[in-house]
Formats: sequence, C-alpha cells, structure tokens
Amino acid sequence: MNIKVLYFARIKESVNYSTEDLVLPTGVTTVTALKNHLAERGGTWATLFDGQQMVRAAINHELVENMAPISEGDEVAFFPPVTGG
Amino acid sequence: MSVRVQLEDFDVAAELRALRLASAEIGAVVSFVGQVRDINDGDDVQTLTLEHYPEMTTRALEKITQEAQSRWDIHDSLIIHRVGTLKPQDQIVLVAVTSQHRGEAFKACEFMMDYLKTQAPFWKKEATSQGERWVDAKLSDDEAQARWESE
Repeated sequence: MNIKVLYFARIKESVNYSTEDLVLPTGVTTVTALKNHLAERGGTWATLFDGQQMVRAAINHELVENMAPISEGDEVAFFPPVTGG
Repeated sequence: MSVRVQLEDFDVAAELRALRLASAEIGAVVSFVGQVRDINDGDDVQTLTLEHYPEMTTRALEKITQEAQSRWDIHDSLIIHRVGTLKPQDQIVLVAVTSQHRGEAFKACEFMMDYLKTQAPFWKKEATSQGERWVDAKLSDDEAQARWESE
C-alpha cells in the first residue's frame, strides 16, 4: 500500500523533514500500526512514536483516532496537540 | 459563513460592520479577538510564529462553523485566523457571530473558539529571551471543549 505521510511543528523539526512517500508492509493498516512501524526506525522515531508522547493524526485532512484504518493513496499527517487561537 | 486564514492583519470594525449590515433581522453581533501576549509561562515573548496545515485548516474551520450552525439559530459567522510571525499585541484570531437575539450568538461564538483551540491544525512557536520553544497544548482548552460534548 502506498501512502503519503506529513509531519508538522515539533514533530517535523525532530525528524527533520516534512513529508515522505511510504510503501507500507502488509498488516500496517491503522494509525496505531503505522506509528509502531515508524517507531521501528529507532532513535528519534522511536521516541516520538512509541506511545509515550501525544501524537495526533489526520487522514485526508480529518482528525482521526488511533484505530482509524489507512487505505491506498491516503495522506496521513502526524502532529502534536494543536495550539491555535 | 466564511473562514479565512491569512498572513495579513484584519480590521475588526470593518468586519463587524459588514456582518451587522448584512440583514435588518440581525439583532446581535458577538465577537472574540485573540491577541499575542508579551508573557507566557513566566518568560517574555518577543515573537510568536504560527504554523498550520493548509489543506486541512480551512476544512477544520468550516466544520466548526457548520457544527455551530447546526446547534444554534445564527444568522452568519466569520473566522479569521492569522499565520506567520506575530509580535505582542498583534491580533491572532477573530470569531464573530450574528443572530436575531444575543443568547445564540454568545454561545455559538464561545463554542467556535473552544473547538478552534482543540481541533484546528495550528501550532504556536514562541521566541523568548530563553530561546525558541513550541507552545504546549493546555488541558484547560480540552476541558473547555469537552463542556460542549454533553450539551
């Protein structure tokens, strides 16, 4: 499955880039599974995505929870809790 | 019902006048203006930079607007949110609501601000004399939004 992943704010600065195209292995079909997949990269990725830090997600520009399914061609974004207003 | 995300400042008086004069059935105009403070968490703030997720931001603000419209009998609403680098006392956000009577507009305006704070993809980074830092989300903002869930 091919998806696009975007990172924002503190997370973008930590991983040092803002977007990447990913080919997901079979079985990585939810936000939680994708977070775990990214955490396996180790280092900063593990720190960010091992579940200790609050990381919000959006799929195709809609806020979603961790159980949300990911589909072919989706745009998945990861970011810290929002602080506008 | 409109939402705008922009680098430029906005003229509150002009915006409110346009909303107010749109219809003679409007009896109430309620607005909230957020401005940059010069102190946060005990440190002086020199600049505040707002990042956002452009493709999602407008959609999130429109969703908040639609939700307010479905809950209260309002005539019109406007959200303007700035992005980019701001200084203390710069305006950040305007939320304005018009309705026949004040109760609906008061409630809808507060609701829209509370949802904007927790649902719209903006992030603040402040430059202080101690260096740059990302602003942390506040539990009190989540609690303010949660109040509306049970209504």
